Amino acid sequence: MSENRVALITGAGRGIGAEIARTLAADGCDVAIVDYAEESAASETLEKLAACGVRARYYRCDVSDFAATKAVVDAVVREFGKIDILVNNAGITADKLLLRMEEGDWDRVLSINLKGCFNLIKHVTPYMMRKRYGRIVSISSVVGMMGNAGQANYAASKAGIIGLTKSVAKEFGARNITANAVAPGFIRTAMTDALSEEQKQAMYKLIPLGSLGETQDIANAVRFLVSDDARYITGVVLKVDGGMYI
Amino acid sequence: MTTLEKLKEILSECKGEELDITAETTFDELDFDSLDKVDIVMQIEEAYDISLGENMQLSTVGELVAKIDEAVANK
Repeated sequence: MSENRVALITGAGRGIGAEIARTLAADGCDVAIVDYAEESAASETLEKLAACGVRARYYRCDVSDFAATKAVVDAVVREFGKIDILVNNAGITADKLLLRMEEGDWDRVLSINLKGCFNLIKHVTPYMMRKRYGRIVSISSVVGMMGNAGQANYAASKAGIIGLTKSVAKEFGARNITANAVAPGFIRTAMTDALSEEQKQAMYKLIPLGSLGETQDIANAVRFLVSDDARYITGVVLKVDGGMYI
Repeated sequence: MTTLEKLKEILSECKGEELDITAETTFDELDFDSLDKVDIVMQIEEAYDISLGENMQLSTVGELVAKIDEAVANK
């Protein structure tokens, strides 16, 4: 049996991150989930991963904490032997019009969404460099390209991920480490389910493909970018938005 | 473990193969690129808890060993 690749995925306890974890596990990757929530909140995800017959472990960590992320990366390498794939998915929102946005709203969103990516990339790349192999995918957002009223902090963090990704792609290309971003549009989640029919119809008008995306659509894009089929692709932003931003 | 032995370990790990290194081995022979050099310096600094600075113009492994020993002595 060939050795499994090891994927570290942040924010994978639930939602899009959990779907990415399940999808990569189904492809035979061992998975290290890094999430801020209690482990019990991810029990369903961990059960699904175990059902795929791969190794899966949960690491509780705040990705904005530089020292804590280093400890987690070292622990994953100790326990799994290596990290082949990093998926930076952890993210939060604190939506407000700029006029009402507090300094804390800005700092919190930038710390988790953008500095969190830096922290993980910073600690994972030395290991990837020595293995001469690495696949890094960070979850951005079309909002990072379009901007969005009420999301100055979130949009800035997601645009920042694009600049970070392109720089990492240039710095580490010579070590066979690729860095790419996936930019989701409107994805069906508990949040979009709560919208009124009228609000949904207004949303559909913005999307040429006429429907919301599913978490699986994002996971499929990540699966492609970490696969051998994407070995010559680095520094790209793959929009998965039904054509919302063209 | 001597400084040379430790250095051999770090350089070999960075190269991904067991290197045959002596104090006379030159860095030109070893053919590390700029990314390797940053990685090597960072690993040495971590291993010995010293600071080597950004711009080291060294031609042989022996010179690097001397530089490390000097930094360790001055800690």
